[in-house]
Amino acid sequence: MNGKHIGWIVLLLLGLVAPFLVYPVLVMKILCFALFACAFNLLLGYTGLLSFGHAAFLGSAGYLCGYTMQGLGLSPELGLLAGTVGAAALGFIFGSLAIRRAGIYFAMITLALAQLVYFLALQFPFTGGEDGMQGIPRGHLFGLIDLSDTMNMYFFVLAVFLFGFWVIDRAIDSPFGQVLKAIRENEPRAISLGYDVDRYKLLAFVLSAALAGLAGATKTLVFQLASLTDVHWHMSGEVVLMTLLGGVGTVFGPIVGATIVVSLQNYGAELGQWVTVLTGVIFVVCVLAFRRGVVGEVALLIKRSGIRP
Amino acid sequence: MDIFGIPIQALMGQLLIGLINGSFYAILSLGLAIIFGLLNIINFAHGALYMTGAFCAWIGLTWLGLNYWVALIAVPVVVGALGMLIERTMLKHLYQLDHLYGLLLTFGLALIIEGLFRYRFGISGESYPVPELLSGGFNLGFMFLPKYRAWVVAVSLVVCFGSWFIIERTKLGSYLRAGTENPQLLQAFGINVPLMITLTYGFGVALAALAGVLAAPVFQVNPVMGSNLIIVVFAVVVIGGMGSIMGSIVTGLGLGLIEGLTRVFYPEASAVVIFVIMGIVLLLRPAGLFGRER
Repeated sequence: MNGKHIGWIVLLLLGLVAPFLVYPVLVMKILCFALFACAFNLLLGYTGLLSFGHAAFLGSAGYLCGYTMQGLGLSPELGLLAGTVGAAALGFIFGSLAIRRAGIYFAMITLALAQLVYFLALQFPFTGGEDGMQGIPRGHLFGLIDLSDTMNMYFFVLAVFLFGFWVIDRAIDSPFGQVLKAIRENEPRAISLGYDVDRYKLLAFVLSAALAGLAGATKTLVFQLASLTDVHWHMSGEVVLMTLLGGVGTVFGPIVGATIVVSLQNYGAELGQWVTVLTGVIFVVCVLAFRRGVVGEVALLIKRSGIRP
Repeated sequence: MDIFGIPIQALMGQLLIGLINGSFYAILSLGLAIIFGLLNIINFAHGALYMTGAFCAWIGLTWLGLNYWVALIAVPVVVGALGMLIERTMLKHLYQLDHLYGLLLTFGLALIIEGLFRYRFGISGESYPVPELLSGGFNLGFMFLPKYRAWVVAVSLVVCFGSWFIIERTKLGSYLRAGTENPQLLQAFGINVPLMITLTYGFGVALAALAGVLAAPVFQVNPVMGSNLIIVVFAVVVIGGMGSIMGSIVTGLGLGLIEGLTRVFYPEASAVVIFVIMGIVLLLRPAGLFGRER
């Protein structure tokens, strides 16, 4: 039993208890963003690639899921599948272009491509432009379970989240994940060891995009809404913040970060415009003085105090 | 007179707007390139500081009664000083770290600045009158050229080529280029590199603020004017590559014109054409048109 097992057990317990203590829709929102941030962290934390365009995957998957369910009248599991596959395909296009440049350019390219997706979402007829898609039905899962019931929906979202998180966790621990870390630490050396670095980067990018898409499609089911907010660059910035605040390159960090940021937005709604300012301040403080993030700092404390987890 | 079925007035009008947008792209990408050269930081706050420049001009006129010509000089100085303060208090601590942290910090700063202006001025925006001396226009026979627009293009050309001249042809510029190549060695020759970095950041920011003042009478002065622009400018920077000063200027102006042409022939694509060009350039010439791998 190590720290990660404890983390998994705590996560499961919290996931089971939370909807009885807190407003379930809020917890579902947190779970969607946590999955989004974990998918993002696979790229930033484990491959060292800063994507500033992840909103494109979250948002377009939301639209695709909404269209599948509202426009085509299909079931929720097909909606999620459509969103995930669509986001993966988009991730393949983005990734193929963006990995041609490294570092800062990579961030700028992903940001610009995401802005392209934003303008397309604004202009395509089926997205509903400024209004977005509203009143998307939740439908019946596998034709059996009625998702309009809040608790059914909650446990479905929890299952989706745990599945996505498990995929990421497995990917990180696999030989594939080790190669990603090698690329992050020293790319020239990974190349000289014979790894096709570009292919690994692209694969990581597509996986990250697909899971971000899964998060976006799930979010659409929860809120029965797909809107421009989810493709806006603010959203791309938010997921960076969640990951940074929770701890870049830690397994559980993005979940903690997403919980803090979403709660802040929820309970700080009356702050209005100050939320943007506050988000900016947290960014600045994190970068200047808190680069390890919450989980990173806690892990360091445990290590220093000499307790063996 | 028609060209490809488009009246020449409409064509020229859109090309002029394209040229104006291109002037802003050029000034902003020039500032980004200068800052990146020495600091290795992509200044995400560039758009927010451009917006700050426009708002400072508006505040100067409305609250303090300072006219356009005063603003044109004073605003870049004030905002440039703010930039130097940012560099001294925050950015300076990041030079030893991964370059991405600079991007993240300036992103946070952009949110703070934009949020503060949105809190105070709302989202709708203010309008800034065209200065009296530059109102009206010239009738060129085939089109009507508003004086102010001609002025914007002229000033940006002068500023861009002036900056190019300073950087590529003067002693001061040679220090800057040397600092871009090897700051340690330059410091060993007795140049105060930290001071130079601060001044460089201030200069880049002052350019953004100047663009803001120039833009105030053309566009609505509103808190999100910068963030909408900066993402396009990032694409411009990726297309041009940040290796060359002249490259930034030419790419900025050229893409503005292409955007203007697109608005004439296929308006639906005008918002995305620069991003599409970026994709094509990445496929054919990943380092950018004027760039070099670094």
